[in-house]
Amino acid sequence: MKEKTPWFTVRKALSPIRAHSLTVLSFLLPLFIWSVVSYVPFIWHPKVEVVEQGGVEWFQKGMLIDREIFLTEVEKTVATNTEAPIGNRVNPVYLPAPHEVATAFYTAFTTEPKRRSEQWLHESLLHSMSVIFWGFLLSSIIGVPLGILCGTFAAVSKLQEPFIEFFRYLPAPAFGALAVAILGIHDGPKIAIIFIGTFFQQVLIVANTTRKLDVSLLEAGLTLGASKAKLLLRIVIPGIIPDLYRDLRILLGWAWTYLIVAELIGTSSGITWFITQQARYKNFDNVFAAIIMIGIIGMMIDLILAKIGQHIFPWESSKNKG
Amino acid sequence: MNSLTLPSYLQQSEHVAARFKKLKEREAILEVQGLYKIFESSQGDITALKDINFKTHRREFVCVIGPSGCGKSTLIRILAGLESPTQGQVLLDGKPKSEPGPDRGMVFQGYTLFPWLTIKKNVMFGLQMKGMANVDAESEAMQWVDLVGLSKFAESYPHQLSGGMKQRVAIARALANQPRILLMDEPFGALDPQTRLKMQTNLLEIWRNIDITVLFITHDLDEAIFLADRILVLKANPGEVEELIEVSVPRPRSPEQLLSPEFLATKKRLEELIHPEGEEGDEGFQLIRMTNIGDDVE
Repeated sequence: MKEKTPWFTVRKALSPIRAHSLTVLSFLLPLFIWSVVSYVPFIWHPKVEVVEQGGVEWFQKGMLIDREIFLTEVEKTVATNTEAPIGNRVNPVYLPAPHEVATAFYTAFTTEPKRRSEQWLHESLLHSMSVIFWGFLLSSIIGVPLGILCGTFAAVSKLQEPFIEFFRYLPAPAFGALAVAILGIHDGPKIAIIFIGTFFQQVLIVANTTRKLDVSLLEAGLTLGASKAKLLLRIVIPGIIPDLYRDLRILLGWAWTYLIVAELIGTSSGITWFITQQARYKNFDNVFAAIIMIGIIGMMIDLILAKIGQHIFPWESSKNKG
Repeated sequence: MNSLTLPSYLQQSEHVAARFKKLKEREAILEVQGLYKIFESSQGDITALKDINFKTHRREFVCVIGPSGCGKSTLIRILAGLESPTQGQVLLDGKPKSEPGPDRGMVFQGYTLFPWLTIKKNVMFGLQMKGMANVDAESEAMQWVDLVGLSKFAESYPHQLSGGMKQRVAIARALANQPRILLMDEPFGALDPQTRLKMQTNLLEIWRNIDITVLFITHDLDEAIFLADRILVLKANPGEVEELIEVSVPRPRSPEQLLSPEFLATKKRLEELIHPEGEEGDEGFQLIRMTNIGDDVE
């Protein structure tokens, strides 16, 4: 029973216990490094927080001073025989400790907006999600059918793909100013950036997935009397749908990465507005909390979609289970 | 095979000869006339099929056999309408055919069941393409699923079935359209020998009970003799008809006949045609002794 299998075996699955513990470890490891840097003073801590001003006039309680400057000031006080300042070694303000960020997770939601026109954090997050939703939806409504047609008919592929191949190299944010000029300063241009960032990749990826469908399935359909339209509707689409679903999940992840740029265009909004605002107030704990929140939301959506996928494609999920 | 004195493969018992006479009086279902297939490539043209002519009669079982690269698969794909010939034509019931259609059912070498459809729905597919109402298609499909003995698996998905079962469904799916001819491209090639023999017996059983003509491609000599009325032997480079053999083994066939004199005589003839002696490039191995002297196995 207790056979010792090596941890590193080429292309072999790990036991569930090992696999799960490694999953947990993949999150714990960065957290551990962050904690070490935050809580062990001699690792980094390049600043000194002034506790007692001592004989140095320009020092103030709570001030963050570079360690070298603090030390020369201390030497000066020793030389002039005045009272030496007292301070603690700390990290710069832009690297809050884990527990500060953890608290910020809660307080960020409960902090009232400073101005009436500003949004609560949950409103900002919902606003961001709606921008992604609309950008991705509009892209998919056009991109998926076009991709399927490109993958099915060489004529459509040759007419569309070369230009799309060119266009996808143009960075989506480059169209920001143009989008604002056309669509105004509110959500329009932001949705447009998500759209541009997603659409061109989407067409190419969906076309490729469509091309990967086993040709013999189409040939079988032909010998069973399927017409061209029936081939497309009854064989191509059901044949690629599990892979298509997987593609869309990956593309949705990419759409998230365009979010921050999109939200900076026109009037800053959503989670990006929150992050830039908090950075301005030097509330870096809130900034970190917001960034991590984006990651958590993105990952949760993907996990939920993956779970749903296992149920809507019964012929696929049981194949994966083995 | 050599010590035994075998009858000529041409020698037919009275019963078998009478059967062939009856067969030939039936109308031709499939007729192939002067078929050529030439593939163009940068190294020059390759003639895959050269002047193929033959016909099959109604309810006949024809096997096509030949070495690899003789164009067997190209031939059946042209018959199915999946590829077009460079020259010549394919007639079904006297009418030329160039597009695929449900009048020529096809069972492929690989598994081509639709993975997203249950067994029943796979068999219903062709019927729905004809525009048959779902209720009718369902009851009709179930009859064919029954025929291949898989009614218990009607609601299963293809990935839950073994290779042999999948090919039985593929046969049912093709037959449900009631084609004029069933084209089979090495359908049992990927199965283990026991399953294969069982499938062959099942196929003969099905063939005997319904009005269907079969054209079956294989590279397995035993399979061809066991199944066929006539065997079309193709030669490679270019793919040409070498001989059309009438199999003298009487019907109904059973696995015991694999060792009967008629069977062996036919097999001997096929061996001669397919692996002629002194074949080019067959010079044997130059072996170096790598074991100790006294460690002999013979």
